[in-house]
Amino acid sequence: MSTIVKESNQKDIVVQLTTDIAVTKELSGSQAVLEACIAEGVDTIFGYPGGAIMPIYDALYDYNDRLKHVLVRHEQGGIHAGQGYARSSGKVGVVFATSGPGATNLVTGLADAMIDSTPLVCITGQVFAHLLGTDAFQETDVINITTPVTKWNYQITDATEIPHILSKAFYIAGSGRPGPVLIDISKNAQIQKFNYEGYTKCNHIRSYRPKPIVRKEYIEAAAQLINEAKKPFVIFGQGVILGRAEKEFKAFIEKGGLPAAWTILGLSALPTDHPQNVGMLGMHGNYGPNVLTNECDVLIAVGMRFDDRVTGRLDKYAKQAKIIHLDIDPAEINKNVTATIPVWGDCKETLPMLTQLIQEKQHKEWLALFNQYTKDEHDAVINAELHPTKGELTMGEVIHLLNELTGGNAIVVTDVGQHQMVACRYAKFNETKSNITSGGLGTMGFALPAAIGAKFGALDRTVVAVIGDGGFQMTLQELGTIMQTGLNVKILILNNRFLGMVRQWQELFNDRRYSFVDIQSPDFVQLAKAYGIDGASVDDRKLLKNALQTMLDHDGSYLLEVMVGKENNVFPMVPQGCSVSEIRLK
Amino acid sequence: MKKEYTITVYTENQVGLLNRIAIIFSRRKINIDSLNVSPSEVESIHRFTIVINETVEVVRKLCLQIEKQVEVLKAYYNTNDEIIWQEMALYKVPTDAVAEKLQVERLLREYGARAVVIRKDYTIFETTGHREETDRLIQFLEPYGLIEFVRTARIAIIKASSGFHEKIREFEAVEPAEELIENEFLDKGQAVFTM
Repeated sequence: MSTIVKESNQKDIVVQLTTDIAVTKELSGSQAVLEACIAEGVDTIFGYPGGAIMPIYDALYDYNDRLKHVLVRHEQGGIHAGQGYARSSGKVGVVFATSGPGATNLVTGLADAMIDSTPLVCITGQVFAHLLGTDAFQETDVINITTPVTKWNYQITDATEIPHILSKAFYIAGSGRPGPVLIDISKNAQIQKFNYEGYTKCNHIRSYRPKPIVRKEYIEAAAQLINEAKKPFVIFGQGVILGRAEKEFKAFIEKGGLPAAWTILGLSALPTDHPQNVGMLGMHGNYGPNVLTNECDVLIAVGMRFDDRVTGRLDKYAKQAKIIHLDIDPAEINKNVTATIPVWGDCKETLPMLTQLIQEKQHKEWLALFNQYTKDEHDAVINAELHPTKGELTMGEVIHLLNELTGGNAIVVTDVGQHQMVACRYAKFNETKSNITSGGLGTMGFALPAAIGAKFGALDRTVVAVIGDGGFQMTLQELGTIMQTGLNVKILILNNRFLGMVRQWQELFNDRRYSFVDIQSPDFVQLAKAYGIDGASVDDRKLLKNALQTMLDHDGSYLLEVMVGKENNVFPMVPQGCSVSEIRLK
Repeated sequence: MKKEYTITVYTENQVGLLNRIAIIFSRRKINIDSLNVSPSEVESIHRFTIVINETVEVVRKLCLQIEKQVEVLKAYYNTNDEIIWQEMALYKVPTDAVAEKLQVERLLREYGARAVVIRKDYTIFETTGHREETDRLIQFLEPYGLIEFVRTARIAIIKASSGFHEKIREFEAVEPAEELIENEFLDKGQAVFTM
């Protein structure tokens, strides 16, 4: 942290910078940006330079020893990497981009981070303030383009604003329900010298209450409902992870003997092997959790937002149940599903309060009912998916073998589509913050750059990016980032030579009219080799396990392409417009 | 059932916030019937008055989305019987019509109108009232050659409101006292969610 020292013989204020060299009070806007990053504990920045952000990059040249900058190949790759970093580390991801096209390339990632509540601070360069509105070279109205997809954004045209605004940016991004913040800094402000008076972290904005004071009345009412329940059912989302409340959550369900199912973003908050972890909710979730949503008597939703992919048809969703909804965002309460007892608050606080008031129970029969459904699903779907003996390889068996070899200790980053559903259904997790996927926005091309970021956020962990042949081709330029950084990321392409999820829908709902889903791919292994990344392709069941082992053992990044069944489908499935209890096993 | 709701929003005075609030409506394809933004009784705090025609469920969710914006302090929504509101209107009519036809003058009195400018060629009248009242005056003036007409957005005072001075102190406190925190579900049933 910077300190301000008044020297007696000079009237100047001398600022002690993180460089440990006392320099004059004058600092450029660019230096102030980097000082703010250091003060906020940022260690890695993902970015791409350009004309309007050159002063910041020039300053970065001198901060190279304290701030690691990762040069990506496309700004979309940069922001997805920032997201991956934030999700694996639990810290705020930082992204730099230039004005105009650099900034517009961030938009997909901002929308993704917004809907998946990922804390980001994106800093974009902007043309000189006097050129604003003149259609100057690489000028675009970034603030207005990004307003719907940011939690907050702000344009700085005067360097003196930088310390204060950046402290607000980091505070807003990381507090309450997290989200992306974009700060647009005009070039003149980056160059401008000003009296730097140190950096103070923001902890209060009068118009912003990140979390409320929890009202005990609601906790009591919720505890009473849970205590009276015969068939209580907990569904949880990313709120548990974002609230760093994994322990509190586990204690809560264990004391109450409550079966718990997760949304795709809640995955890994509770270890897969936990006896009360009954599986995945939603469209391609598990049989039991979906069917029994419509049979439970009290539904306890923790840090989740009742997305339509989770609820299916809303007017037939858990109508029999009393609903307790724990959320930090008041706008989520009663948005899609009306809560009987709304518990507005940070689940890190509300869960222990609830745990204290609930009775110790087991609900053995009720839990056994989930297990019965699991068995049915095993017989109908899972066994054939995980342990096929003949025919083409399945995505499920690849993930199953991966579990065996990693022991469930890897971070699994997934793209979007069939492989994502299969990976989330079958991947095993022991640790939290291990599942990184684009849930709300469903951004194809997310996985490769997000895996790069995830690795930087958790350097001591194995990171496996599971990607389809379609999604990989959307952001494969980031192989260049892997090459240049020498990063160790395992890339597992599940290649079914189709845009599989769309093909599955066309098969089921459009009479097999396969319209533009037969995507062709380059030789992925050769492609990786061009980037100096080793790899292999496998289509033989007998060789699969060794191939996966080779990938994991390889010193450095590795690309493994697995040729899987062309027309395999993901089941179970809740067809669009159907109730969760109408889930299809085939 | 859809009906007219007046949304009152207290905000910081910040560039871009009007857009942030406007897109909450446009994203849901909801038309704003009337919008007024002006400084409130508290220094540096602005007040939005937004009129829309929607169901109470939709209005409630809109207010929560508005309050979610970092620079918004508070959003209230009210039905017409919970507020006192006015719109101001200006009417430009040829002076000869006014001067010659006594009936005009008499009716203007009945409408509570006031002459703002009287020139040889035209006269401008001003009136305040509800939409129907200002509309009625248009209908009345049209036969006499109404040249131009303009109306302001609605401004409204919430009958039950005790102003924002007290509230702002609460917002400024880093750790507000528990008794100062309202809770929708506890205090007001379906009323607006607050801090």
